[in-house]
Amino acid sequence: MSVQQSEQSVPSQTIIVAEAITKRYGNTVAVDNLSFSIRKGEVFGLLGPNGAGKTTTILMMLGLTDISSGKVSVLGFDPMREPLQVKRRVGYLPDSVGFYDHLTAAENLSYTAKLMGLSLKERALRIADALMRVRLAEVADKRLATFSRGMRQRLGLAEIIVKRAEIAILDEPTSGLDPQATLEFLELISELKRGGTSVLLSSHLLDQVQRVCDRVALFESGRIVMSGTVAELAVQVLGAGFIVDVEAEGTGIARRLSTIPGVTKVETLAADRYRMTAERDVRPEAAAAVVAVGGALRRLSVDEPSLQAIYAHTFQDEREGVRHAA
Amino acid sequence: MRREGSAFQGLGTVFVKELSDNISSVRMLVLELLVVLTALAALYGAIDSLRQTTSEDPFLLLRLFTLARDPLPSCVAMLGFLVPLMAIGLGFDAVNSEHNRRTLSRILSQPIYRDALLMGKFLAGLATLTVSLAALWLMVIGLGLIFLGVPPGGEEIARSLVFLVIAIFYAGVWLSLAIMLSIVFRSSATAALVALGVWLLLTVLWPMLAPALAQAISPPDPRYTALGLETPDTALWAQFLLRISPNDLFAEAMQAVLSPTTRTLGAVFLEQLRGAVIGAPLPLSESVMIAWPQTVGLIAGTIVLFVAGYVLFQRQEVRA
Repeated sequence: MSVQQSEQSVPSQTIIVAEAITKRYGNTVAVDNLSFSIRKGEVFGLLGPNGAGKTTTILMMLGLTDISSGKVSVLGFDPMREPLQVKRRVGYLPDSVGFYDHLTAAENLSYTAKLMGLSLKERALRIADALMRVRLAEVADKRLATFSRGMRQRLGLAEIIVKRAEIAILDEPTSGLDPQATLEFLELISELKRGGTSVLLSSHLLDQVQRVCDRVALFESGRIVMSGTVAELAVQVLGAGFIVDVEAEGTGIARRLSTIPGVTKVETLAADRYRMTAERDVRPEAAAAVVAVGGALRRLSVDEPSLQAIYAHTFQDEREGVRHAA
Repeated sequence: MRREGSAFQGLGTVFVKELSDNISSVRMLVLELLVVLTALAALYGAIDSLRQTTSEDPFLLLRLFTLARDPLPSCVAMLGFLVPLMAIGLGFDAVNSEHNRRTLSRILSQPIYRDALLMGKFLAGLATLTVSLAALWLMVIGLGLIFLGVPPGGEEIARSLVFLVIAIFYAGVWLSLAIMLSIVFRSSATAALVALGVWLLLTVLWPMLAPALAQAISPPDPRYTALGLETPDTALWAQFLLRISPNDLFAEAMQAVLSPTTRTLGAVFLEQLRGAVIGAPLPLSESVMIAWPQTVGLIAGTIVLFVAGYVLFQRQEVRA
């Protein structure tokens, strides 16, 4: 699903460029010589364990913490020198976002909307619209003290919508949410993307990232280990990512299947069962191939490459490497 | 490196929000009740004893502030004691509560500088204190009118207004201190305890410690002691040390402004007494001149503590 989307979107201008950024706290290096770029309109995922430097990277892009060395450009602005320009265009949802409990949802948004410099009329319009889009319109006049965690996260997203941000930076937006709330939130992120907002997402919850992200960067102790689309990473790490199972009756199916471009291996599991390993989702071609040799297709299923597997593989290798070195 | 845009963008918004928070908070209500009730008690004692001497005193209104009747201290002494409590109550969780509620990074990701947030909080606190003190001031004058029935003169009003201004800066010192501590300590409770500790030290313990310290620094001369007099050096040191406490500065300034007969604060030199009519009131401008160093001390204290907090806040990491 996510792979198809990234193929459709035309690669266009980059909106965030980080060049060799480093952040030191005393002697410890939180972010080490990091370089990446994010394109307009995509959902980019920063993945990594807690404490890998994801939040620090995000804060540096917003100009909320100093960069020890290196350069960041956000929409063509330098966050250190022109923080207001950056913050006017970028919405930020911090890790476990907080609101003023004694104010209502609308009042909370109104305060930040005032800080954005919006006029009274504009504020009322945008806040009503944003609350509707995150499905909090009915509780607009309820105090925040009664809000659940999922509602708070959605209100944080509403703030980004009120700002009409060109880039939304979401730090661990789904951690601590129940499955239902997580699904709803991921749906909202997709809506945001459809509205033309570019999204930078940090998380350690892999399957969720895989569901919404076009490209991801794997993060480990302040460095990006690898980055690209999930399928690209799968090829890079696992050799090939997609496992397509075909159940069909007929002759010469295996030979025909192996001629499909992108297929690296075809195994015959049983007389009528074949397992293909491919670099992409080759189900349409497989179906066509079976039909072409006059076979009867019974079942066709695909296992998309799982980020979990890539992640485990990558960091397992690394850990083994450490063990060897020791 | 020059920053783009104004450092004060968003200041008004923060100010209005914090002011409305302050005024509507239960904490403020309690503190204000405390101050008003104790001031009323002090005032009641003063009015009672003033009734007997109404006709003899040219500065009746000012006596309302300064007159003490056992067991209650005077209204001004009461304020000197309680205004810091009010200021600490307003400021001790100014910044760390934003950290703990996790609202800080969200607010700072809006197009404002940190300056606006801190300045807005400080000014809102100061405005709240100003409103409370002004209300208290009006109450004292109103009660004076009702119970004494003597309209205050222009100079009395002017002097009591000077009192109001100095009291606001006195509150400002404590507010700055409380806000600074709220930046230093991540836990509100720690900040409050440290602020209250400083307050107790400076208002209760320091008046006892300062003379002792003075005697250690400059031991009393036995010749003076034999005559039952204070050694001038020791007395000067004691006064110098006492003036470290904003409480003492406030008390001295109040004495000069509210008691027009005060000619000097501290040691009297012979030339100051030349041609003086002891017991005659000084004009307002002279009284203000006497209180000026103390007033400047309070204003400077407010600014220095605020700047210290400001620098700390600018360098602080946003993340929780």
